[in-house]
Amino acid sequence: MVIGLEVHCELKTATKLFCGCPNMFGEEPNTNVCPVCLGLPGSLPVINQKAVELAMAIGTALSCEIRPSTFHRKNYFYPDQAKDYQISQYDEPINVNGHLDLPDGSRVGIERAHMEEDTGKTSHSGSSGRIHGADYSLVDYNRSGVPLVEIVSAPDMRSSAQARSYATELRAVLIASGASDGKMEEGSMRVDANVSVRHSADDPFGTRCEIKNLNSVRSLGRAIDYEADRQITLLEAGERVTQQTRHWDEDRGCTVTLRSKEDAYDYRYFLEPDLVPLVPDAEWIRAVADTMGPLPAERRARLVALFDDLGGASDAQIDQVATVVDLGLDSLVTAAVAAGVGSRLALARTANEAATDVDAARRLDVDSYVALLTMESAGTLTATQAKAVLGELLTTGGGDPAVIAAAKGFEAMSEDSLAAMVAEVIAAHPDDWNQYRAGDDKVQKKKEGFLTGQVMRTAQGQADGEAVKAELRRLRG
Amino acid sequence: MTAPRPSTALANAVRSGARSALEVLEEHLSAIEAGDGEVHAFNLVTADEARAQASAVDRTVAAGDDPGLLAGVPVALKDNLCTRGVPTTCSSRILEGWSPPYDATVVTRLRNAGAVMVGKTNMDEFAMGSSTETSAFGPTRNPHDTSRVPGGSSGGSAAAVAAGFAPLALGSDTGGSIRQPAALCGVVGMKPTYGTVSRFGLVAFASSLDQIGPFAATVGDAALLFDVIGGHDPADSTSLNRPTPRVLSVLDDGVAGLTVGVLTEFLVGADPDVVARTRQAADACANAGARVEEISVPEVAYGLSAYYLIAPGEASSNLARYDGVRYGLRVDAEDTAAMNTATRSQGFGAEVKRRIMLGTYVLSAGYMDAYYNQALRVRTKIIEGFAVAYQRCDVLLGPTAPTTAFPLGAKTGDPLTMYLSDVCTIPTNLAGHPAISVPFGTGDDGLPIGIQVLGPALSEGTILKVAAVVEAAAPDLAPPVLAGRS
Amino acid sequence: MTEPQRLTRDDVAHVADLARLELTDEELDLFTGQLAQVLDHAADVASLDLAGVKPTAHAMAVTNVLRPDEITPCLDRDEVLAQAPAVEDHRFRVPSILGEAP
Repeated sequence: MVIGLEVHCELKTATKLFCGCPNMFGEEPNTNVCPVCLGLPGSLPVINQKAVELAMAIGTALSCEIRPSTFHRKNYFYPDQAKDYQISQYDEPINVNGHLDLPDGSRVGIERAHMEEDTGKTSHSGSSGRIHGADYSLVDYNRSGVPLVEIVSAPDMRSSAQARSYATELRAVLIASGASDGKMEEGSMRVDANVSVRHSADDPFGTRCEIKNLNSVRSLGRAIDYEADRQITLLEAGERVTQQTRHWDEDRGCTVTLRSKEDAYDYRYFLEPDLVPLVPDAEWIRAVADTMGPLPAERRARLVALFDDLGGASDAQIDQVATVVDLGLDSLVTAAVAAGVGSRLALARTANEAATDVDAARRLDVDSYVALLTMESAGTLTATQAKAVLGELLTTGGGDPAVIAAAKGFEAMSEDSLAAMVAEVIAAHPDDWNQYRAGDDKVQKKKEGFLTGQVMRTAQGQADGEAVKAELRRLRG
Repeated sequence: MTAPRPSTALANAVRSGARSALEVLEEHLSAIEAGDGEVHAFNLVTADEARAQASAVDRTVAAGDDPGLLAGVPVALKDNLCTRGVPTTCSSRILEGWSPPYDATVVTRLRNAGAVMVGKTNMDEFAMGSSTETSAFGPTRNPHDTSRVPGGSSGGSAAAVAAGFAPLALGSDTGGSIRQPAALCGVVGMKPTYGTVSRFGLVAFASSLDQIGPFAATVGDAALLFDVIGGHDPADSTSLNRPTPRVLSVLDDGVAGLTVGVLTEFLVGADPDVVARTRQAADACANAGARVEEISVPEVAYGLSAYYLIAPGEASSNLARYDGVRYGLRVDAEDTAAMNTATRSQGFGAEVKRRIMLGTYVLSAGYMDAYYNQALRVRTKIIEGFAVAYQRCDVLLGPTAPTTAFPLGAKTGDPLTMYLSDVCTIPTNLAGHPAISVPFGTGDDGLPIGIQVLGPALSEGTILKVAAVVEAAAPDLAPPVLAGRS
Repeated sequence: MTEPQRLTRDDVAHVADLARLELTDEELDLFTGQLAQVLDHAADVASLDLAGVKPTAHAMAVTNVLRPDEITPCLDRDEVLAQAPAVEDHRFRVPSILGEAP
């Protein structure tokens, strides 16, 4: 299969692309409107500077060439299109010729990422809420004029897995660049897939179909696989694939025809006479790039590099790295490591424990977190105790882990107490102790485990397993 | 020599308290009542709003505050300028009864200058026409001869000033729609440099050509009105962000040392009496110390054709929004597309439909390059042609229209014939240059003739200087006599 | 450059459809004749050899006109909806929409 994705990304600006109405989701209908975004007679568009900068940030993040660009009118009638034309970019888009490198090492080309305005929203009467069979529809123009960047990939993807990976990584990049909040479920990131099939990589591309209504990465994968199968079935039956737009039906798990694209609609594109060209100079482009932090790929690489001295990160650790970066918690890991905490511990605690409450983890005071992991790393707290203290920190947002530990009664077990406890257990289990002292490696290991477990039970989680083993071995000789 | 400025005098009288704005207004409202039944310059006379504005001006004066440059001066507004809460119809059924929820920028500037807005004037529907005969509400008649057209598309505004209904008016000019009716009605009308007057709130016809401009009885008043409405507007991306030309201060400087080029292409096809008046106007400039020569700008010959490809193209897109969904006329139907079609088919007149279809065709896949883009290349050539001319001349001079006012109905049967009335005005719109029409006597039929002064971008000061000289030398024009007035 | 073909009745019917205009047969005939005439006149432009001439879309060469990302007052919803042909639930009501956007 051959796949290209078109992603529409709503930009995180305060106002719309061509007017000062608020760019906000979920407001009372038709309250964020003005002559411009309603398309009233006599209204004129004026470009939002921040929208341009976010578009440039996306271009930078996707390694695009940022060029002088112009706006065109795309003319068609539809009730959610306030002027019955959309102001978009046509043959001179702001960003061209970029790429996105995926975690598996593959590279997907980005043909263009251009600016355009969003439409209003229609809702349809009738129980299904679907357009077909509705007696009438209602239009809300709050979303009309919201700034979008449309990112068009090259048809470089060859599997639904790769497409899912692309969508996931692109979303992370869009969030990291500050351009978007990536909320597919709110519609701030919309993905359409173009799918075609061919026998082998040497064959020319087959006829493609466009699939719309993909509301999650999972749907994307399912829809692509379904569509590829559908096309293969058609071709094997000796029929041909008709170029068309299809709608993904999540409930029925299939794509259905929306309209045939055989006769492509004549949009009569022409240069928007109410706007003038955008010509970003090198200084402006650099200024925008300078405001951007590192992108997900670089952030993942930085965390993985923390394991270079330990013989490299394992697959499980690579997964943890992806989770940490995706959730934006990398600073917790890097701060801990910088303070001397082991990479493995820092990563594991962050990916497994801190990530259980992402919002709290993002607000967490980094110094508190580092102090906690330092206590665990030094053996002052056991793993169980550390996790409990972390739970408390997440709730309060910060605090002194030592104080919290004390409040919970997590005393640091002194060496004497530990030795006494070990001696107690040895006295209580003389046979096991003798077997531990005298037995072969296998027996030793088994008895060590047993005796350690006994000490841990007695200590009720306040003994550090490693310290117990060390004491046993010391006594054994 | 001082260019006459009756509106300035009027504003001064109101500002000083010598006259009350309300009294000035009532005078004009009476004239409108007596004469507009015959002329039909207005779609709507906003008497109550005007009285409120005039009273406010008088109160400001009484309080010792400055009411503004146009204090108490009645101004008529072409009905494609958005006026908040006041119907703005573009003389079309599709906007009949629609009131904008906002003011055009120029309207705000007029309010702030203390002007009193007397009403919305009749026009060709959506500014498409050269005679005000495509109005859905009936034509406007030329006050000098009510069997004749006032010109178009701003015929109502031109007639309002010519008939004395208001000393000042605003119109819009896309291919000559201020200048040509000014010429036919015997008043001054100016199209400023593209970008010097904000288009925000001007219902768009052809976005890259439309400009709002002043009508007045004199060059001096046109300059004053231009001063008030002109200037950068952040709400219009095509608005120039640079100082507007200083015009009032240079108006009386005279033309000594300037070179005036009589544009030969405009004389071709003009009636002999029009040509004669043009030469007289040129002589007046020579007598005032200018160097006058004939000059050819061959590229302007393609202006008409290029215009009738570019303007309808843009218009077809600008008028798509009239679909019965959000405002204006709706003709119900089973589904939205059918509703759009029924609404537009019933709401638009024949000329508007013609231009929408022409424009849609010209922009269509397969024809864009042969027509629309080609017209844009012609535009480049016209700009270059003018640039060469302006290396030799400071301004160009020519007739505004090839004929005097023609009879109502004379050209409505053949669109092409009507389009040819714009041959002298269109090239300046394509180039974005300023031009002004100044009344200069009458033709053999006793009807007004207008002389056009053209200049390069941002040369309003220069063209107004020359216009003032032409005006000073112009034969007196008898004011129109309307049946309703004694 | 190749000359465009003369405007036909079918062309006019097609663009009328694109422009959401419905014409009677008489109008179709009349407009075809009139528009063909205008385009014939415009053919002098179509036939010019202007290869190498840049099209001018804007007479004044301005770039980078932008506005700050700051909220400005919106319209009063009641004022807007009062002018609407049909309203329900604070939204603009339209008859059934057949098909998705093109």
